[in-house]
Amino acid sequence: MRGAKSAKWVAIAAVVALSVTACGGGSDKGDDGGNDKGAVNPKGIVTFESGEPQNPLQPANTMESYGSDVITSIFDTLVDYEPGSGKITYTNAESITTKDSKVWTVKLKSGWKFHNGEAVTSKSYVDAWNWAANIANNQTNASWFSDIEGYADVHPEKGKAKKDAMSGLKVVDDSTFTITLSAPLAYFEYKLAYNVFAPLPSGFFKDPKGYGEKPVGNGPYEFVKWDHKKSIEVKTYAGYKGPNKPKNGGVLFKNYTGPDASYADLLSDKVDVIRQVPATSLANYKSDLGDRAVDQDYSAVQSIVPAFYTKQWKNIDNRVLQGLSMAIDRKTITDTVLQKTRTPATGWVAQGVLGFKAGAAGDVTTYNPAEAKKLIKAGGGVPGNKISIQFNADGGHGEWVEAVCGSIRKATGVECTGDSKADFQTDLKARDAHEVKSMYRGGWVLDYPFNGNFLRDLYGTGVAGNTSGYSNKAFDKLVKEADAAPTIEKSAELYQQAEKSLVDDMPSIPLWYYKVNSGYSNNVQNVKFNQAGDPILNEIEVKK
Amino acid sequence: MGRYVARRLLQMIPVFIGTTLLIFLMVYALPGDPVRAMFGDRGADAATVAALRHKYGLDQPLWKQYVDYMNGILFHFDFGDTFAGRPVSEEIGRVFPTTIRLATVAFVFELVVGVALGILAGLKAGRTADSLVLVFTLLVLSVPVFVLAFILRQVFSFNLGWVSPNVQNAENWNELILPGVVLGSLSLAYVARLTRTSIAENLRSDYMRTAVAKGLPRRRVVGVHLMRNSLIPVVTYLGTDIGALMSGAVVTEGIFNVPGVGNALYTALFRREGATIVGIVTILVLVYMLASLLIDLLYAVLDPRIRYA
Repeated sequence: MRGAKSAKWVAIAAVVALSVTACGGGSDKGDDGGNDKGAVNPKGIVTFESGEPQNPLQPANTMESYGSDVITSIFDTLVDYEPGSGKITYTNAESITTKDSKVWTVKLKSGWKFHNGEAVTSKSYVDAWNWAANIANNQTNASWFSDIEGYADVHPEKGKAKKDAMSGLKVVDDSTFTITLSAPLAYFEYKLAYNVFAPLPSGFFKDPKGYGEKPVGNGPYEFVKWDHKKSIEVKTYAGYKGPNKPKNGGVLFKNYTGPDASYADLLSDKVDVIRQVPATSLANYKSDLGDRAVDQDYSAVQSIVPAFYTKQWKNIDNRVLQGLSMAIDRKTITDTVLQKTRTPATGWVAQGVLGFKAGAAGDVTTYNPAEAKKLIKAGGGVPGNKISIQFNADGGHGEWVEAVCGSIRKATGVECTGDSKADFQTDLKARDAHEVKSMYRGGWVLDYPFNGNFLRDLYGTGVAGNTSGYSNKAFDKLVKEADAAPTIEKSAELYQQAEKSLVDDMPSIPLWYYKVNSGYSNNVQNVKFNQAGDPILNEIEVKK
Repeated sequence: MGRYVARRLLQMIPVFIGTTLLIFLMVYALPGDPVRAMFGDRGADAATVAALRHKYGLDQPLWKQYVDYMNGILFHFDFGDTFAGRPVSEEIGRVFPTTIRLATVAFVFELVVGVALGILAGLKAGRTADSLVLVFTLLVLSVPVFVLAFILRQVFSFNLGWVSPNVQNAENWNELILPGVVLGSLSLAYVARLTRTSIAENLRSDYMRTAVAKGLPRRRVVGVHLMRNSLIPVVTYLGTDIGALMSGAVVTEGIFNVPGVGNALYTALFRREGATIVGIVTILVLVYMLASLLIDLLYAVLDPRIRYA
């Protein structure tokens, strides 16, 4: 998932937690339904539900969504992608070229300036990346630079940095620089869309703390002020040269204590866009908001993951896991317990990204109790005939875990219980320490719209996101081939093969894809959400 | 009197150290790693996690962390830093004024309305007015805070449209009335019932009979003789309630989106920002202790028979 986003997970999950009643009600209307064109005030301010960012506003240091949303509005990176298709578009980059997927040449658009008037040059990028990757600066997203040659010099596993620059980054001239990777990576360009790769003005390096309080970026919005615990204000930057020119005058990121408070304000037009409708209002939000209700897919997937280091799943016959997967009635659970806020998954890659293929998991995601029983029996049964699913209680996953367990119990007779951990911190710690007893819930929101992101970063041997101890040489080999592919299309295709091969191993049981269930006020129009489930702020129009 | 105050203040020192140590231990004994949680499902980069743990002092033994922490508070007035790198004392300075305002509204509400209802019921003990107050207080006591909050919000902001559903600017006193009423309503019932019992009891006491027999006007009998004696238990309760109002605002502040202490505590707990939690709770402990000292001193004013050695 894109960074930790723990706050967001909880918000989303809280929705699930409290939704005990069945039936969503209302019609499934597209998000564009209410975007009727009225007179627009280009200077109008959009108020967006937010919260206090956990870290200073430094691009490589924001993972959770409160900080990311602000950073995204203030900074532009080299590239961006089209919502829906996952196609790359150039933002600050004029072109990004490569012959071998290893050495990448970046040319910048001319005339771009930071909000303090300083020109955006190739040095702004190279310095920013070297600074962010340096272990001394404690940037939570530093590992994003690990593809670049020389990363180990600035970010060693132990001790201090040996150098203060990565050998893979070279400034050619003011508007050109090259990136050399330690190994070919066909889709490296996609990663560049992430906030971590934003440029920084020269003043930043002298006073990172001060700039973290008052960020100076190169994006569509300019920082105005941060009223801690209350709000963050940004306004449209007049000198903006990029493609994301705001259609409004600025954004006020207003802190809320929770989805219930923000929803109450939305109903009385005190806030314009909210992130998520609270669980208590899911049943009636479409009738409350009418055309202003949003119900849209985004690229995230939920799954349950067997802990392969346990006695239970070590050397398990894959048919057992396939059987368990087939014992889960995804359709009924998403329709009732989850109130249609999810769509049943048919593979490990979430929809809407490049290389997504519906039905990649074949029939193992189809509910079939008879077949499930047969498969489990053929595979030698579930060791101990009992499983448990670990989840964090503060994330409100309890409801669906209970439902999944009920479905498995009913279909196969395998005893299944929820294993509740007090909070996200405790849950993660148990996963890292390899203390999960049987299975745990997993989730992933895209980092970049490419299928490899859902495969390599979760199921590759030894990657940080792989906390289940899963390892498969054949899969690793396919990943390596896909990464080294000459073109991105070829790479996506090879990753599709890799995804298909997961059926033989079942490193996790995919459950469902996420949806944005949100809404907006009477004051605004043209509200759309991107693939990460965040609203596209610069497109929002404020009505006169 | 002076010696009494000095002794009380000295007693505060072990209480202060004891409570902070307890809170510190409780927070840090919680399972889970706050630094690791910053990375979420993506999995953590071990080198950065280690570096961050070192930065927040989490790699030190617990006793050392506590000593460093107390050292910072006592000698440098430094409560440590939040994860965002800002001093916790700054956070405290930001959230406490808001909650003090909210608590003041609640306190005034429960004091004025609670005592008034109590006097009414006490003077008319056994009659209809008394029963009405009894029913009312039972009702308020039995309705959970958040239910009351939602009902009041539904009525006053959605149906009548008098106020906005959330506090938009916590510096506006009039916006704090609704959350203040909700916050104060629970204690209001206690205040009313305490006052009522105390008054009903004292009405039958000897000094009351004497005062009436002396031919004093009823206003004076009730206003001075009766009230002064009857308010002692109420004042005790109100004193401890100041602390409860400050810390008990978590639910109310959450519902009405007030950026105060409760809110800050909730976020800090959620993110496991140990320094912030302990810092805020430490201040709350001080508030409790000072409030109870103040109440003890007030006794002397209300009843000169209570002397301080």
